[in-house]
Amino acid sequence: MDTGELLAMYERMALIRRTEKAAHDLFLQGLVKGTTHLAAGHEAIAVGASAALRADDYVFATYRGHHHALARGATPEECLAELMSRATGLCGAKGGSMHLTKAATGMLGSYAIVGAHLPMAAGAAWSARLRGTGQIAVAFFGDGATNIGAFHEALNLAAVWKLPVLFVCENNLYMEYTRIADVTAVARPAADRAPAYGIPGESVDGNDVVAVRESVARLAERARAGDGPALLEAATYRHFGHSRSDPAAYRPAEEVERWLKHDPLDLARGRLTELGVPEETVTAADERAQETVRQAVDAARNAPPPDPRDALTDVWADGGAAWRT
Amino acid sequence: MADVITYREAVAEGIAREMRRDPAVVCLGEDIGAAGGVFKTTAGLFKEFGPERVWDTPISEQAIVGAAMGAAMTGMRPVAEIMFSDFLACCWDYLANEIPKVRYMTGGQVTVPLVVRTANGGGLGFGAQHSQATENWALTVPGLKIAAPATPADVIGMMAAAIRSDDPVVFFEHKGLLASKGAPVPPDHVVELGRAAVVREGADVTLVALAAMVPLALRAAALLAAEGIEAEVVDLRCLVPLDMSTVLASLARTSRLVTVEENPYQGGWGATLVSVVADEGFGLLDAPVRRVAGECVPLPFADVLEERVIPTVDKVVAAVRDLTAY
Ligand SMILES: Cc1ncc(C[n+]2csc(CCOP(=O)(O)OP(=O)(O)O)c2C)c(N)n1
Repeated sequence: MDTGELLAMYERMALIRRTEKAAHDLFLQGLVKGTTHLAAGHEAIAVGASAALRADDYVFATYRGHHHALARGATPEECLAELMSRATGLCGAKGGSMHLTKAATGMLGSYAIVGAHLPMAAGAAWSARLRGTGQIAVAFFGDGATNIGAFHEALNLAAVWKLPVLFVCENNLYMEYTRIADVTAVARPAADRAPAYGIPGESVDGNDVVAVRESVARLAERARAGDGPALLEAATYRHFGHSRSDPAAYRPAEEVERWLKHDPLDLARGRLTELGVPEETVTAADERAQETVRQAVDAARNAPPPDPRDALTDVWADGGAAWRT
Repeated sequence: MADVITYREAVAEGIAREMRRDPAVVCLGEDIGAAGGVFKTTAGLFKEFGPERVWDTPISEQAIVGAAMGAAMTGMRPVAEIMFSDFLACCWDYLANEIPKVRYMTGGQVTVPLVVRTANGGGLGFGAQHSQATENWALTVPGLKIAAPATPADVIGMMAAAIRSDDPVVFFEHKGLLASKGAPVPPDHVVELGRAAVVREGADVTLVALAAMVPLALRAAALLAAEGIEAEVVDLRCLVPLDMSTVLASLARTSRLVTVEENPYQGGWGATLVSVVADEGFGLLDAPVRRVAGECVPLPFADVLEERVIPTVDKVVAAVRDLTAY
């Protein structure tokens, strides 16, 4: 492993962690409305996968998608401004926490209907194939999404059309408040279903950014070579509850403790130290992330609210919203 | 060029013209390839364009429309077929939540230029799950354009406009019209979406109709003419955008309004139309408005039962007589 790349991945994970912390604090201060689904704990999946992808590959995520937007090039300032309903937000404050999208960098959206984006990712992969661009598409989703019809339809279509798409399940053991194991007939909700579609189903430690990067790189190469889709199940844990209103009291204390000890940032830091990177270098990366987020919070706080007139734009491609002529 | 073309042939011809023009146009759906579609509305496409442009899918309505969406977001212009419009319910999430909202909620970053084509409507005794007129479902969703042509020429012209549109269009092909015939149209015939057509002029009453209700309204108008009542018939052609100016201009000439809708009265497009008339054209009216529409029941199987619940020529004639006597 190239230490420079690992350090960059660490810094990106630190940036995501800091941004999530800021989102949480801003929420407590009443500056973030609605809800947020924080991804603290899941950083290694977004960052490891992004590191393995081409800049022009497509990514589709869920309402728990802050980490993917940030891993795919959205800035903390754009994201926090979006959460804080500012005109400078990533989507002009029309999207919010659950819909972070940055099309220009291939972050094709975060979707709040569980599982809906899996067929879309298959479609983006289909389009890449038709256009002969060599791009792939990646859909990130939760374990709960594996019991939705769209998951199965997308997998079969992708398999039978041999599309260059990766389905990456972030298995954090829980749906909202229910354990996935209590409502699913197989032990690995994603990977165990892969044989039914004739595609590879693999598991990876989703908190180990290097392992995720390697798995995604291998499966992406396979997809790009025309060998079709694959399912990757990444084991992880969310540090917060499902959404901001959930203290996650349903999780056993030992379980939480065990997972917090298996923190993706600590793991990456440990690897860096093993590789001989000085402690100060890692700390400096942390401090840069912290400073970037601090400035982002300030900028977002000072940004103006959206113009109410913008509520009636962007329904149609001509920019308007007229339903009659 | 043959001197007549059926509505069914016009669908395939309309798609083929766009596929020849633009390599980004691709088709997907169940049985649409070599089989040519269960209604033969895609006949010939597979032969001309091959399996890289015309894709047979599994029976997976969510995957069909969801994949079309993903492809549309990334540079293609997919034309997806949902076999019967009743099955739109199987992929309703895509029509109600995903396709129409993504441009808006991303602040204009993403465009979804796709067409979802579907066979709509009753009158053929297909029973409750294969007969509904569902265009009013789509009408409740901001962000979808809705086309429902009544003639072969309009099928071709509106298909061109729909496929070229940078916005998502739900394209309703009426099953009861598939065998109907019309004159072929010249190359590059395009009918702009949101332009209604006055298909019969008359001074006494305006009949506003859509798709299969257009020829039905014309038959009613012919009978009424024999009684000395001249009905003007407006073919709306599209529900979104809705061409209210043509309707209001017609009302300025006739002062009486009847909508002829196949969808159920409750929640039908006529309700929206008459509400705009009440709002902006009340002074144009010399009589109440009438809506001849489907009953609020699932479509029954037997002809006599089906006829009882969807508009017929007799029901339209009766409504108009009633109004002119007002
Ligand atoms: C179709 C649908 N059903 C239910 C919900 C409500 N809901 C939102 S998140 C969620 C849990 C999803 O769990 P999982 O897929 O494991 O993802 P995670 O939140 O753990 O990342 C549910 C049930 C929804 N958004 N969409």
